[in-house]
Amino acid sequence: MNVIKKLMMLALLVVPAMAAANVGPVLDKASYNLYDQASLQRGAKYFVNYCLNCHSASYMRYNRLTDIGLTEQQIKDNLLFTGAKVGDTMETALNKKEAKAFFGATPPDLTVIARARGADWLYTYLRGFYKDESRPTGWNNVAFDKVGMPHVLYQLQGEQELHVEKHGEHVTQKLVLAKPGTMKPAEYDAMVSDLVNYLVWMGEPMKTQRIVIGLGVLLFLGLFFIVAYMLKKEYWKDIH
Amino acid sequence: MTKQLEKLVGWIDDRFPLTSTWKAHLSEYYAPKNFNFWYFFGSLALLVLVIQIVTGIFLVMNYKPDAAIAFASVEYIMRDVPFGWMIRYMHSTGASAFFVVVYLHMMRGLMYGSYRKPRELIWIFGMCIYLALMAEAFMGYLLPWGQMSYWGAQVIVNLFSAVPFIGEELSLWIRGDFVISDATLNRFFAFHVIAVPLVLLGLVVAHLVALHEVGSNNPDGVEIKKHKDPVTHIPLDGIPFHPYYTVKDIAGVVVFLMVFSAIVFFAPSMGGYFLEDNNFIPADPLKTPLHIAPVWYFTPFYAILRAVPPMFGSQFPGVIAMGVAVVVLFFLPWLDRGRVKSIRYRGVIYKVWLTLFIISFVGLGWLGIQPATPLYTLLARILTGVYFAFFFLMPWYTKIDKTKPEPERVTG
Repeated sequence: MNVIKKLMMLALLVVPAMAAANVGPVLDKASYNLYDQASLQRGAKYFVNYCLNCHSASYMRYNRLTDIGLTEQQIKDNLLFTGAKVGDTMETALNKKEAKAFFGATPPDLTVIARARGADWLYTYLRGFYKDESRPTGWNNVAFDKVGMPHVLYQLQGEQELHVEKHGEHVTQKLVLAKPGTMKPAEYDAMVSDLVNYLVWMGEPMKTQRIVIGLGVLLFLGLFFIVAYMLKKEYWKDIH
Repeated sequence: MTKQLEKLVGWIDDRFPLTSTWKAHLSEYYAPKNFNFWYFFGSLALLVLVIQIVTGIFLVMNYKPDAAIAFASVEYIMRDVPFGWMIRYMHSTGASAFFVVVYLHMMRGLMYGSYRKPRELIWIFGMCIYLALMAEAFMGYLLPWGQMSYWGAQVIVNLFSAVPFIGEELSLWIRGDFVISDATLNRFFAFHVIAVPLVLLGLVVAHLVALHEVGSNNPDGVEIKKHKDPVTHIPLDGIPFHPYYTVKDIAGVVVFLMVFSAIVFFAPSMGGYFLEDNNFIPADPLKTPLHIAPVWYFTPFYAILRAVPPMFGSQFPGVIAMGVAVVVLFFLPWLDRGRVKSIRYRGVIYKVWLTLFIISFVGLGWLGIQPATPLYTLLARILTGVYFAFFFLMPWYTKIDKTKPEPERVTG
């Protein structure tokens, strides 16, 4: 009996892999620019003000923000709320156990969330909350069905509703702004873009640096190849 | 100065075979002069091994093999260790590069019959290296303790539980726990950083010693030792490995490093193939990812596993098929009955079969990444059939194949 149970477990592990992997929401294209420091700084501000209340970024140190053009003094004055030191990592004040009780799941750490989910998903997710009274929080999301997280930015974005239209077999879903927020849709989209930009940067803060080093490395190897190739030619000229 | 150096070397030679070893393996090891592109991958495999060992040492200085902090320690390496990101990306890219290089190296063996008599042991040592490499890669992949690390290990270790009668105890013994856990992480760490690398190094030495005993094969598949200079006894078509192939391999190494660096610095995740997206989510034993696929270098065998339907309610036949798919390669020297070694002088039948084999291997590799829809499963079954037919029919089709006459000496 136990063998059969094990095999069923095995099947359960393998079967999801067989299910179509491409089923998922249609994602909106995020536009982000890691070289736009002003946008990254705005994103950092939104991140610390909104996200960090519940989510941590446990591998990200505050003083790493100097990489996006902030001084340690600016970080201390504007971004440190939790009594943390500037060399500390971004922890959240929220108690993990309580959070699990509130939302059904512990809010995930966001340090490398952009590497796991991708910019497009984050952009779609942060703009994709809609009212759904069947959910405990009253909110649902087009990118993440039955999400535990409430819409933290609803005062800014306003309240959206999901309109499902059927054209024969073809079903289209459309988000409609039912109650406007304090921001115009374009302003809100720009804000989310900044936030996504910041999350992508935080996922791999060395990215712009590695590209510069990589160009240098390739240049060196390119020159080295010329020397190596000429050396080979010289040695081999009498081998026929 | 030169005199003093000579004296020093003489002093060493009286106590240690320095000059004779240098001569036997480099300056007076005569390799065929007609090596082509395919002969770069042996030395490149050695280079990647060195890259993996050196970067691995630096990673171990900062990595913590503890389920509670393993994921965090990898991010610590990525962020707080100076150039830690570079070391880590070199190591993760090196893992994939190792398989690329080794697959091409094995492909070379297939094309030019390098496994044929008298090189059977070289091939067998090489296959052992390949097995050790698979174990090394599989256990190393658990260490970052991401979701794919965790669930990949879970699926593969669960395969052992499909073994009749002892399966359950066997998988329990491998994991050291009922699920993949801290105990598993610790033992995989031990195997990954010391046990398997030791075996790997020993096998590489054996592979090279055996090679230098019988001499290298070449694209013509003819023995250069058949025609020696009557006075010097040096093969007429042989050239000293050093300096000729050392300078040639340096050029090859530079080209390889350009490709390698381009990946390390510009696309370290390779679109999710070298570093999977899901592995940036810490391991969660309670949340099974929707889509579990092994890293690309295992997918041909994974596709074979999935292609074989369960029989008598057991997944075991698939596991057997996957195992046989690897083990059958060991028998290649005895399955091949062809009169010539090199593809250059083989007949059309072998060429067709080798092409079919390459298509099946690459095709299965691709299918192993895809979700198994009915169409893909059917395709995987056909390609699995082709894969095994290549080996099992080999004694027959290589024998009837119409070969061309081999040249006496190497050509171009």
